[in-house]
Amino acid sequence: MTKADDWVLKRLRRRKRRDAVFEALGVGAVLAALGALLWLLLSVLGSGVSAFSQHFMILNVVVAPEVVSPDGARDEASLRKANYRRLVQQAMEARFPQAVSRSDRRALYSLVSMSGAADEIRTRVVRNPDLIGRTIAIAAPTSDDIDQLLKGRIDRAAPEALRRVNDRQIAWADALVVTGEIKRKFNTIFFTRGDSRDPELAGIAGAAAGSALALLVTFVLAVPIGVGAAVYLEEFAPKNRLTALIEVNINNLAAVPSVIFGLLGLAVFLNAFGMPRSAPLVGGMVLALMTLPTVIIATRAALKAVPPSVREGALALGASPLQATTHHVLPMAAPGVMTGSIIGMAQALGETAPLLMIGMVAFVTQAPSDFTSPATVLPVQIFLWSDSPERAWEERASAAIIVLLGFLIFINLAAILLRRRFQRNG
Amino acid sequence: MTHVESIDVLEPAGDAAGKSAAARELPEQASAPAKFDCSGVNVHYGRNHAIKNVTLKIYDRSVTALIGPSGCGKTTFLRVLNRMNDTIEGARVTGRILIDGQNVYDKTVDPVQLRARVGMVFQKPNPFPKSIYDNVAYGPRIHGLAESASALDGIVEDALRRAGLWEEVKDRLAMPATSLSGGQQQRLVIARAIAIHPEVILMDEPCSALDPIATARIEELIDEISRQYCIIIVTHSMAQAARVSKQTAFFNMGELVEYGETTRVFTNPDDPRTQDYITGRFG
Repeated sequence: MTKADDWVLKRLRRRKRRDAVFEALGVGAVLAALGALLWLLLSVLGSGVSAFSQHFMILNVVVAPEVVSPDGARDEASLRKANYRRLVQQAMEARFPQAVSRSDRRALYSLVSMSGAADEIRTRVVRNPDLIGRTIAIAAPTSDDIDQLLKGRIDRAAPEALRRVNDRQIAWADALVVTGEIKRKFNTIFFTRGDSRDPELAGIAGAAAGSALALLVTFVLAVPIGVGAAVYLEEFAPKNRLTALIEVNINNLAAVPSVIFGLLGLAVFLNAFGMPRSAPLVGGMVLALMTLPTVIIATRAALKAVPPSVREGALALGASPLQATTHHVLPMAAPGVMTGSIIGMAQALGETAPLLMIGMVAFVTQAPSDFTSPATVLPVQIFLWSDSPERAWEERASAAIIVLLGFLIFINLAAILLRRRFQRNG
Repeated sequence: MTHVESIDVLEPAGDAAGKSAAARELPEQASAPAKFDCSGVNVHYGRNHAIKNVTLKIYDRSVTALIGPSGCGKTTFLRVLNRMNDTIEGARVTGRILIDGQNVYDKTVDPVQLRARVGMVFQKPNPFPKSIYDNVAYGPRIHGLAESASALDGIVEDALRRAGLWEEVKDRLAMPATSLSGGQQQRLVIARAIAIHPEVILMDEPCSALDPIATARIEELIDEISRQYCIIIVTHSMAQAARVSKQTAFFNMGELVEYGETTRVFTNPDDPRTQDYITGRFG
């Protein structure tokens, strides 16, 4: 082997070593990212999955006429106003007659979700006034503290003074579990109700409906306008200083902090146009402003990627520029357009900051019935819950995050499937 | 390349300038009708003067070849004829280009309508990413040439037959056009152009991406359809120009150097530059 050969081999070895180092760095980065993602998912799942089930207590309630209608009135208005909490208290007292002191009674009452149980009785009595005087069995959620205790999220070994539940409450709850009067069931409340002051009665239905309405507005505005603008800029507009300036500004808009769009919405939509506060319509419009640059940039990139030969082929056959675009260029760009739109929508779904500016952070217990009624959205709901002190809120916030992630995964999956379909047919 | 050897022994013709000017005006086939009558055509791309004062007549029902080194302006000239240069930013065309006596760049001429009369086939086969049938049917559809589905079927079949592709694809018209071979794709694109019954077909190096067998098939096809159409073909292959064309125009640096009957241009060129190019001394 000559000296020159030796030198070449040495260099070759060094180059290969560099390749190996780079590859190792890449693999390391990917693994670190996957690890972080896995950790996030596991921690969210770990603290949130338990919120999908909840403990319910079966109560035998005597619908005492002297409590419900002391004056004998049975019309709906007075039945609605009756003191059903007293019925719940009486039922609890009947179940545990040994609790006689004031403090014992107060502890006893707080085993069950007082307003949850009272609402349940009210609903049934108003629907059927014949129940007055009879004994009915209701299943009411336990209070959030008991629920957390039975889920093992409250440390029983901790000193009583530092615990949210005292020793008597623990003993009662355990006794009810043994007799089967407290059961863990699927938490329908979480999926069917709006926000509430009580964690055990709070649900994401209101926020989910708000998100759906706002996103609908965003989609209807951002996708057609964004795609239209991109098609015009890419296929029709003359290439001059003005269009170059517009292009630069669109790219810059994509990097503007989203809260700025919220301020814009506040100034323009609310103050100048006088549109309603906290409404999905305004939220959707603000999110559409935020999503537009993403849609435009993605669409332009997709249009640029269509080979010019297709455009020329269509034009050479006597297609008008619009025909060449709509018949050939846009269908070929469709997968890219859709990916961009979906990424934009996913961003909008997860956005909180701009919505805070237009008042979608309000405490709203009802699902919005239309585009102008007050509403909140999932990420804002998560923000609100994670800010609340009770332990049960943490669990519910995590559960809401799981639902939000589920929506995002569903959207992305739909995007991939749609794209595959388009590419096959294309 | 037998003809090249035979040219080698010929002397370049004397006083080339005078004769070539005459030749430009009047190729020997003066009796045939001129499809295109171009005079004083100049094309600028921004500051680049791509076509310099070109004057020539192109005849119907024959094949005209445009030859010349890369960047000489032959493709640009081709794209002037159906106003495809309109799509290029900064392109400026002056001069007179008459098709059947009407100026192509006249304000009353709609380029979309013009391109229905003057079809074009590109260097690389560019079928649409749709089915074979839809590729051919696209032109007739947008121009409303077929009144019924069966009429459209007829047009598609006729175009594919004339492009010599029918037998190969008749059982798989619904297949994507991109599944065809390169040569088949190029014939499909020609069928697509034929389907709208153009008067002229412009071909921009239609065989440069094809193998020799596919090239032979295309050349046969050009020969066939030249009985009905005016065909103008840009080619880098001297042999191809000699084989398929009746007239040949030699472009160099944006100028039309020589134009005349193919046999004469290849055997007895007036201009020494033509001589040099076809014998392979430059370009």
